[in-house]
Amino acid sequence: MSRSAPRAGRYRRPFPPIGRYALRVAALAAALGLWQLLTGLDVDLWLRFSQFPTVTDVAHAFADRLLGADYWTDLTDSLTRILTGFLLAAVVGVAVGVLVARSRLAEDLLGPLLEVVRPIPAIALVPVAILLFPSNEQGIVFITFTAAFFPILVSTRHAVRALTPVWEEAVLTMGGGQWRILGSVVLPGALPGIFGGLSVGLGVSWICVISAEMISGQYGVGYRTWQDYTIVNYPGVFVGMVTIGVLGWLTSTAVELLGRRLTRWLPRTSYVPGARPAAPRAPVPARQAPTAAHTDQPSDTEEARDEHLV
Amino acid sequence: MSTSSDTKPDLRTVDNAPSPVRGTRLTLHAATLGRPDASVLEGVDLDITPGEILTVVGRSGCGKSTLLRTLAGLLPPLAGKISQDGQSLAGPTAERALVFQEDALLPWRTLRANVELPLAIRGLSRPNRRTQAEAWLARVGLAEQARQLPHRVSGGQRQRAQLARALAGAPHAVLMDEPFGALDAQTRAGMQDLLVEVLHGTGATVVFVTHDVDEALFLGDRVALLGAGRLISVREVPRPRERAAHDNPARIALRREVLTSLGS
Repeated sequence: MSRSAPRAGRYRRPFPPIGRYALRVAALAAALGLWQLLTGLDVDLWLRFSQFPTVTDVAHAFADRLLGADYWTDLTDSLTRILTGFLLAAVVGVAVGVLVARSRLAEDLLGPLLEVVRPIPAIALVPVAILLFPSNEQGIVFITFTAAFFPILVSTRHAVRALTPVWEEAVLTMGGGQWRILGSVVLPGALPGIFGGLSVGLGVSWICVISAEMISGQYGVGYRTWQDYTIVNYPGVFVGMVTIGVLGWLTSTAVELLGRRLTRWLPRTSYVPGARPAAPRAPVPARQAPTAAHTDQPSDTEEARDEHLV
Repeated sequence: MSTSSDTKPDLRTVDNAPSPVRGTRLTLHAATLGRPDASVLEGVDLDITPGEILTVVGRSGCGKSTLLRTLAGLLPPLAGKISQDGQSLAGPTAERALVFQEDALLPWRTLRANVELPLAIRGLSRPNRRTQAEAWLARVGLAEQARQLPHRVSGGQRQRAQLARALAGAPHAVLMDEPFGALDAQTRAGMQDLLVEVLHGTGATVVFVTHDVDEALFLGDRVALLGAGRLISVREVPRPRERAAHDNPARIALRREVLTSLGS
């Protein structure tokens, strides 16, 4: 978002709101502080924190892990699995979603099958994966794929069906064919909805890849976390959980940022709750409330969006 | 016409040729129009001559839009025959451009990219379509806004961009479905002016649907009246036509100058 120099004047953003970052860091620190306090003092009210590892225990365990080779193998294994499954699901999910939304034949052929398979939790497909695939690795990717596939499919289907018909008619009366409509209207127009599906799909993918690794993996963050649990290494379990949390957050942020980048054209509301004035600006008393039909100049208020905060 | 020769894009017609008409004849013969479950217009006989501006008036729901969408080829006739220059219509083509009342610009494309779309479909090279799109936007007074997204310009500017996009495809007929219906009176008058100015010289046949009788009489060579599920009559607008005053090259030149110096 910071590389907006060529569009200066349209997407110019004056200052990163440092105050808001500080607030976010402070909230996180407060949560960790509370954790440390409850576990350090061995608080045993109804909830029992005496058995719980402290933040420092977990931090030590984390530091030890980071020095070992296994941690990085686990990390790359899990990431490879989820990225493979998720990317496959993104491609196939969008393709099938568009097909089902645009073709009655495809809807009749695929619709019932998809609707029956959809409610089955992906993790319940572990037996299927074991039967079908020669290796565990492929089985885990399959489960990750299935997990992400349905949210992406459903969002794509809805987004394509909700497209404004005049866009398509406009392209038809310019002499455009079906491929032109697909490339110039359907895909770009459905993109906001597709990204909704991608975000949800990625979340479900993480749940499933970790669960699948716990059940049948060799290496992987989920596998390691379960191993630590079976040998009663609780700080290790928390290291695994924190790792999953951070990886999930990073990947969903990546999807979110890509989505915003590709759908910058979306009109956004000018109203930003609690926003501060965007920049030192000359007072413009007369033009404070432009009506929609007369805003010949782009309104500056849109700059106040907080795209950089995820 | 000569005033715009330097900026005017390829229009398939030589600018100072005696008869720049490249319009097309659209004929409806005993046509029933509508959707299969509900016909809207029955027994329509209408001959739209090359290069004329035919305005169509009628109340809401009388089938004006249906007539236009049928002429565009988006809706097949339920009965009868519809032809262009003697040949039956077979679906939508770039020869008959449609201008919609609502926002039909693709919101993720800048105005220029929207105008480039029909040129891209025609297979023009990127630099070529860029120059042509910019020339068209300049003609409708949007040179400054070429790189804006549709939602960042006013409703009137969006309709001007739509007009530019329709004309950029060099259609033989321009079908306009209440294009100024959502605009306020002042913007609307400016748009009517602009339409007369821009269409002047393209020679395209125009079918212009409106519910505003004054607009119909101002713009049209002939006015078709629709009502009660049929075409009531087609009336010639008496000469001299009011819009002829707006068609005057000297006036057009002055208007352009005023617009330029106002920077709009």
